[in-house]
Formats: sequence, structure tokens, C-alpha cells
Amino acid sequence: MRPQTGWLSLVSACGALLLLCGVTPAPAQQAQVGNVIGHAAAGKPLYTRYCAGCHGDDGDARGENAQWIDPKPRDFTLAVFKCRSTPTGTLPTDQDLFDAMTRGFVTTNMPAWLPLTPHNRVDLVAYIKTFSPKWKTGKPGTPITIPPEPAATIASVLHGRQLFQKMECWKCHGPAGHGDGPSAKTLTDNKDDPIRPYDFSSGSRFMCGVTNRDLYRIFMTGLDGTPMPSFADDIKPADAWDLVHFLRTLQPLDTPEAAIWKAWLASHAGELKPIGPEGSGQ
Amino acid sequence: MARGFLRGAGSVQGSWLVSGVVTCGCLVVALAISGGGSRAYTAYSLAVHKTEAIPAFARKYGLRCSVCHTVWPELSAFGQKFKDNGYQLGNDRDSPIWQNNAYWPIAMRTTPQLHLESTTHQVTDAAPAGKTVSQTGFDLSGVDFLLLGTLYKNITFGLVPTLDADGTTGLEAAFVRFDNLGSSPWANLKVGKFELDNLLSEKRITWLSANGGFLYAYHYLPVGSTNNFGFGDNQIGAEFSGHSLNSYTRYSVSLLSTDDGQPGLPGGKSLDAMFTLSQAWALGGGLGPQRLGVFGYLGHRPTAMETVGGNPIPGTGSANKSFLRLGATAQLWLGNLELIPLVSHASDDAALGPGTDKPTWNSALLEAHYVATPQLLVQGRYELLRMSKQGDPAIPKTQGNADAIALGFRAYPFMFSRAGMAIHGEFAMTKTIGTVPLSGDGSGVDPVTPGTSVWSRSVMLGFDFAF
Repeated sequence: MRPQTGWLSLVSACGALLLLCGVTPAPAQQAQVGNVIGHAAAGKPLYTRYCAGCHGDDGDARGENAQWIDPKPRDFTLAVFKCRSTPTGTLPTDQDLFDAMTRGFVTTNMPAWLPLTPHNRVDLVAYIKTFSPKWKTGKPGTPITIPPEPAATIASVLHGRQLFQKMECWKCHGPAGHGDGPSAKTLTDNKDDPIRPYDFSSGSRFMCGVTNRDLYRIFMTGLDGTPMPSFADDIKPADAWDLVHFLRTLQPLDTPEAAIWKAWLASHAGELKPIGPEGSGQ
Repeated sequence: MARGFLRGAGSVQGSWLVSGVVTCGCLVVALAISGGGSRAYTAYSLAVHKTEAIPAFARKYGLRCSVCHTVWPELSAFGQKFKDNGYQLGNDRDSPIWQNNAYWPIAMRTTPQLHLESTTHQVTDAAPAGKTVSQTGFDLSGVDFLLLGTLYKNITFGLVPTLDADGTTGLEAAFVRFDNLGSSPWANLKVGKFELDNLLSEKRITWLSANGGFLYAYHYLPVGSTNNFGFGDNQIGAEFSGHSLNSYTRYSVSLLSTDDGQPGLPGGKSLDAMFTLSQAWALGGGLGPQRLGVFGYLGHRPTAMETVGGNPIPGTGSANKSFLRLGATAQLWLGNLELIPLVSHASDDAALGPGTDKPTWNSALLEAHYVATPQLLVQGRYELLRMSKQGDPAIPKTQGNADAIALGFRAYPFMFSRAGMAIHGEFAMTKTIGTVPLSGDGSGVDPVTPGTSVWSRSVMLGFDFAF
């Protein structure tokens, strides 16, 4: 935080020299969310104030608190982000980063930064994008298209259950969605840190949102940096919505899907085959 | 980690050096201004405990002080939301069951210091007509033991025992709060002893000296008043409050016992009532949103008590007489410059003071903070109070008028999530008409001649730390 007058002088001299040589400096990193334009320079002090304790001064997830945090903070130098609207393997949009920052990540130490003004948050997005060269060489992916959600029916829930079995979701999330599948204990993230699959029975909000659209987006984009893959190439949009409807029945929440499921189970429970290695999910 | 540590250490050394130079300079100037060579005697501080900087929360959630505080102890917008949510992040890990067994929600704060107090027109044995007296030396503030946290998800507690430097103990706060009733942030209930929901918090102000560490708007009472109310004092009662998800809209209503926070029901049986309402807007690119707020307090004090053997029976007060406090305040951000204006109007029933009229007075202040970095604050404040009507017409109208100015800085050599320390430098000066300044706290005396301007000055250099 102290003035680095020597460095400042050197940098200023270099800048002046470049200008004299007719070299135009690269534009400062910016971010745009709606009509708000954020600037990395303005985001830097905000990052120091709010973020560096965990994510580190250099964005490398080596802040002084990182060692005590589980799960570990995001390493911005890798430019790999869980919550995106863009296809797997692509950079997120500014809006994605803004939304993640605003929403926070439940069951982690990343709070919802909603009290910060939108301007502050967009400035932070701009600064976060300075940590990886990927933001200079690449562009964010094109957000996936999410078709309108069809009405939940018992048929869609049952089909979603079949997909849960067929796509082997249960291997990580467990047959009942408790996050206790046979692979759960072996999972690691892209930094080889252990990671737990989402436990639907906790009833907590999803890592990347709360709505059915958010859930649809999660398994169509995947959570990059985690074992949760994208299923965009494996299932059709209509199937994805069916899976959404089934997953909602695994949560202890009063959702329309849960009501449909309970009503059907009251008279058909015996017809179900268990989900798991021997089950068909039907 | 080593790289980060070394960088931090370098920063610490640099901050210490800069802070030391600035501090010494300010101290020399302030001592010169305040006439530091005067002989010893004292006017001493109003006992305002500054309690609310709580590293226990930073440890629990692994966040730096600067997340919840613009500079501690002042709350940032995020810190306000955190407090409004019952000291919870809302990440489904707020209940203590998620904490390591070794975690204990306690923090402590105190301030070793060198300070000088000087007050004019003080009567002494050797100078019955009055003289300027002063006292200077190394000293200690009290210690605040800050125990606050969650008993369970959405059940918050607070317990703040205090130990004054002279050994006196106290209970600054003790409450339980039920958060997010009905899963709504608009409904929260707090019961016990707590700070009123003041937008400009006196518990979190960044001033510590005898003359700067309180607000006239919160503590002034007219000459001869029997009222004991202080806005800045923690009160006992129940508060129902609510806020929007980002805490930009906030309200609170409280019912409070008529004892100014003293336990044991020493006063009457009626209840005081208070309300606050504020709204913030995300305008501009400053460090926080722009907030406007209003507040009001309708209180009562008994004028008669049941007695036994001539001694009053606690809690039996009757013949209540009312008093009223109304005000408006704001928190405005221009980049890193924060402006906090406050205006208030006050009146007491005539029966709570001398004379037959209802005394009324007004106050206004403007506090400015320049938050250069999360580790350096430069600040100033000017406050004035004017009597508009005395209870006793025989009392000069200007009696009790006050002007107070304060300048200071706080430098934080380090900023992380385990502890905090501020090098605190402050110069504060008040002028009161015909009365000893509130900073006298009973030690000073009114001037011999009514209408005399009494000047009181404080110079303070302290090491304010919490862990």
C-alpha cells in the first residue's frame, strides 16, 4: 500500500518514451455489464480491500486466508470459472462474473457482494480479468440458448429420473442425490483439491443460481474446473428440462415438481426400480 | 506465501515510517496549538465505549477487516449488510456447528495512548476565579470484551463486558436477536441491551479523544436538566428491524426502558420509542452507496417515585414527562471522500429541568473522511449546537451553546483477518458557552461568570488495537 515512487517514476518514464515513439499503449482492461463500464484501475483497490485476503494479491488463490478455506478460493490466473452462460472450455461473459460475484457461493467463504454498488462490482470484474492472459488473447464464448421451460409433468419427472440413471449422475450425486455416490470421495478439482458433489437433500441453493434455468444452465455448460461436465453434446434440450424437473424432486423444497412427484409416489411407489448400479431408474 | 509475507512486511515497515512521521508532526503542531505547557489538572473523557470492531468475525469467515469496515471500526456497506443479517454471511455455514471446535467468538479492544487535555476557566483552590488547567501523560482506555456471533443459524447473540482503566466493570451490551423471521430479511427481533440503530454510530466512530470521541447531538442536555438520556448510550429494550437484501433500505422500531440503559429498572414503568428509516442509492463511483436517513426518539422520564424510608423504590417512577429527539443524516461518497452530515432537533418537557418553559435546541455536524486506502484515513468534523429556548428564562439564551472541531488520522500498519491495529492521532477542540464541555465528564466545572466561553482541547496519540 505504500507509495512506490521509484517504480512509479520508472513506469511513467517508460510510458512517456512509448508515447514519444508513437506506440499506442494497450487499452486498459474494461468490463461492461448493461450500461455500466468498469475499469481495472478502479477495481484494483477494491480487489485489495475485498478479495485479496483469499484470492491473493496476484489472483493466484494464495491470499493469507486461503490456507484455512475449504473449498479453496478461485485461482484467477487460470481463467477457469464454474458459473458461466458460455459453453464449457470458454471464457465467461462479464455478466457471468458479475452475477457470480453478486450471488456468492453457498457453503463456501465467498459471500454475496450485493451490498457493493454495481459500479464497484463491474470495476472488480474488469480487474479480475487482468490476472490471466487468456482475456487478452481470447473472447468470451457465446452464451448458450436456453429454450422455454415446458410444464413439469409426471412424465417429464420420470423421464428425468431415467436420465439420472442413464447419464450416471448417481455415481457422484448418489442414488438419492445426497452427494454420496460411489465416486464422490474420489473427486478432485483442477488443482487436485478434493471436491464434494452437490447434495440435493441439503436444500441449499445451487452453486450457480437458484432457478430452474440456472440448473439447466449448470449441466448444459458444466462447472469448469470441477468434475461436473457439460452434457450439451449428450442430451437434447427437452431431455435437459426433464432432468431439471427430476432433480427438483430430490430437494426438500416445496416445488411444483416435488408436489407432482409426491402425488404420483403415493400410489406408484412400488413400481419404481432403484437408481444405482443395478437399477434402471424406471 | 513467503513472497506475500515479505511484501506485507515491507508494507508494514513503510506504513510505520510514514505514520510515525505524520504522527510526530501532528503531535507537535497540536501541542503547540493547545498550549501544552500548562500545569496539570484535568477535564476528562465522557465514558463512551467504542466497542464495535470485531476480528472474531474476520477469523470466523476468513475475511479482512477491510471487507466490513471502510476503515475499522466504521462499517462499510457490506459490513452493514452483515450486521443487519445477524452477523451472518448467509452461506449456510453461519451456525457455530460449522466452526472448528477451537473457535471462540471473542475479540478485545483497547488503546494505550499519550494524551493531553486542556480546559480554560477552571476553578481551582489557588485560582477561585478560574484558570486554564491541563493534564498530559501516558494513559489507557478501557478494555472491551467483544463476544458476538451466532448461537444457531438465524439466532444471534451479543455480550460485551467492559473493564475501565480504573477497574470499573460494566456490561455494554447483552442481547439475543432472532434473524430473518419467516425467512424474510424484513423481520428481525432483538431483545436486551444494545446500541440504537444510529446511522452515524457513536460506537463505531473513528474518534477516540476526550473532546472528539462523542457527539453533542447524542449527549447534550440543557443546563439543570434531570434527564439522563443519551442517544449514544446503549439502551435496554426490544428492537424490530428489517432491511432489503442489500441493506440499501433499512428500518427499525424500538421499545426501550426509560433508564438510559441502566439495568435494575431504576426509573419508571413506561417505555420509550424510537424509529429509524434510511434508503441508499447506488449512485456514482464512490466506495459506497449514497444514503439518507431519518430518526426519532420519544422518551419519558419519571418525576416522582414511590419511596421507602425516604429512598426511591426502583422501577416505580410515575408522573412521566416526555422528551423528543428528531433528526436526519446522510452518508455520501465522492470517490474515496465520505461526507456524513447530521442535523437534529431536541426538546424536553419543562418538568425535566429548571424553569417553566420547554427547553429546545438544535445541532448540526459535518464529518468528512478521506479513505486514502483501507489502511489510511484522514478525517475532520465540525459540530455546532445552539439552544433555541432555555427552560428558565433567567438563563442566558446562549448558555450551553457548543462548537466542536476535530481533526485526525488513523493509519493501519497491516490489514488482515486475525487482528487489527491503528495508529491514531487526533486533535479535538470544543468551545462551550457558560458551561464546562461534555468532555469534562463531571471533573470539570462551569465557569464562574455565566456567558463565558470555555475552551477545551484534546490531543491524543494512541495505538488502537483489537484481536
